[in-house]
Amino acid sequence: MKIAVCIKRVPDMESRFRISGDGKVVDETGLKFDMSDFDGYAVEVALQITEKLGQGEVVVVSLGPDAVQEALRKALSMGAARAIHLKADQVPRDGFAVARALAAELESGGFDLIMFGKHAMDTMSGVVGPMTAELLGLPNVSAVSKLDVEQGKGTARRELEGAAEIVEFPLPAVVSIDEGIARPRYPSLKGIMAAKKKPLESKPAQLDPTRLEVTKTELPPDRQGGRIIGEGAAAVPELVRLLQTEAKVL
Amino acid sequence: MQDFYNIDSLLSEEEIAVRDSVRRFVDDNVLPIIGECYVEGRFPKEIVPGLAELGVFGANLPEEYGCAGLNNVAYGLIMQELERGDSGVRSFASVQGALVMYPIYAFGSEEQKQHYLPKMAAGEIIGCFGLTEPDFGSNPAGMITMAREQSDGSWVINGAKMWITNGSTAQVAIVWAKTNDDKDQRSIRGFIVPTNTTGFCAKDQKGKLSLRASDTSELVLEDVRVPKDALLPKSGGLKSPLMCLTQARYGISWGALGAAIACFEEASSYAKTRIMFDRPIGGFQLQQLRLAEMLTEIVKGQLLCVQLGRLKDRGEFTPQQVSLAKRNNVHIATDIAREARRLLGANGILAEYSAMRHMANLESVYTYEGTHDVHTLVLGQAVTGLNAFGA
Repeated sequence: MKIAVCIKRVPDMESRFRISGDGKVVDETGLKFDMSDFDGYAVEVALQITEKLGQGEVVVVSLGPDAVQEALRKALSMGAARAIHLKADQVPRDGFAVARALAAELESGGFDLIMFGKHAMDTMSGVVGPMTAELLGLPNVSAVSKLDVEQGKGTARRELEGAAEIVEFPLPAVVSIDEGIARPRYPSLKGIMAAKKKPLESKPAQLDPTRLEVTKTELPPDRQGGRIIGEGAAAVPELVRLLQTEAKVL
Repeated sequence: MQDFYNIDSLLSEEEIAVRDSVRRFVDDNVLPIIGECYVEGRFPKEIVPGLAELGVFGANLPEEYGCAGLNNVAYGLIMQELERGDSGVRSFASVQGALVMYPIYAFGSEEQKQHYLPKMAAGEIIGCFGLTEPDFGSNPAGMITMAREQSDGSWVINGAKMWITNGSTAQVAIVWAKTNDDKDQRSIRGFIVPTNTTGFCAKDQKGKLSLRASDTSELVLEDVRVPKDALLPKSGGLKSPLMCLTQARYGISWGALGAAIACFEEASSYAKTRIMFDRPIGGFQLQQLRLAEMLTEIVKGQLLCVQLGRLKDRGEFTPQQVSLAKRNNVHIATDIAREARRLLGANGILAEYSAMRHMANLESVYTYEGTHDVHTLVLGQAVTGLNAFGA
């Protein structure tokens, strides 16, 4: 079982964000970065599959500047066998450009399974996985909350609003992983030392010109303080009135 | 906390990865339960398998014995992160790694190393270290525990040890005993004693107001008979256990910073959110002085530790340098914990916050592994060449 997991390096979402001078993107100065959460779940699921089968190889792939090697090495220290870095000055905002570059790399890799996180924690587009599947002509299952694979076949569970669906699909296939499926393991200290010796191949990403441009990024407005209308039952009529006329929620 | 002096730039990518992995483990598995463990007076045994899987036990010993083979800076950062959780948790790892695995590694036979080290790294065997006695703390040379060699080559040990971390949890004890009269420079030898040997008894010491999330025991050895191969063959003289303590107190220098960092983080976040006189208390000069002093001392302590670790990795460090770091860092950590406790006002006395727990813990750390006062004399002797110890 040969599994590729595509991972993205994203800012720590607990950070206090600032917008860059041109108002278009997030200012990355002083931010801490890590592997995107859903991608971490995907790496964990991939490792569990190969461990359960007792055979196979997990290959992690990331597109972006040299700094993404940090995320790749983290996946190696968790237990992935090797890493591929598709070098680019920055991660294009156009998911299709990313999917084309990934598909070009993955096409000839002989993978039984290609895994993604449901979406990246920073852009939350969730398009790169499905687009890569389309470009490779492979079945795609998105937002998977449980995954079983055996030779030639996979079974996935997807959570719907108030229901769940079970999907069967032939391998090779592309799946994207939802939260709650598996807690990513802590990179063990031996794993961190071993990761240094594992192969990490770096090569230029084949990127088409991007067809999307972000024109503006803005932070949510500052939260306003609450207002106390009164106390007890006497305040209810005024509260109802404000909920109807001002907040317009009733 | 914010890396105010860009100390991360002095660390390698692996060292940072090791620290961050242990940090996450402590955030997820220690911080949520430790306050309660402390109040209950219970060591959180349930985290031992996780710590072992992570690879923290004897992490700076070689891979061939099932250890992680890390350098000493990475090892120090592990101690820092564990003590950011609690001094008791760090003490557990210090004893297992520096005081039990290290002497087996340094003074043991190849068979002893092969037998014990992989199982201890995996947390399958827990160890304790018996040097201190009820009447011999700062003066271990005076110990009265005796091991007598029998005609068949076995040894019979009699004596008592006190203040033994992990004593009642451990499956093996490294027991230090005299084998001859004091004229013999190599009289003090180390023995690997299984704690289920007849005549061996470990009793928890009750009524501790510090290190409550750690087991501390008294060991009584009454005609404890161990085979010939229980002896650590390369141990000889007081120098042997003191070498172990140098390893452990190297880790303590880092660990104390972890406790200090936890207190600083708690105090600075509290100062920014606690409103008094209609503004955050962090806006008052008295609290800013507290925070500025804490930050300054932590940064100084970290620089001290990184350099000490680099010296240790090059095999160039001296016990006196370790004394300086242990003495300084535990001292500043006790001050920081107390000031953090005070900044937190009444909330600072609650187990829900960590400052008072760290403050009480650090009083033990101040006293164990060479008291602050003894390290002062070590440095005094290094400066003057004159011995100011009792005898």
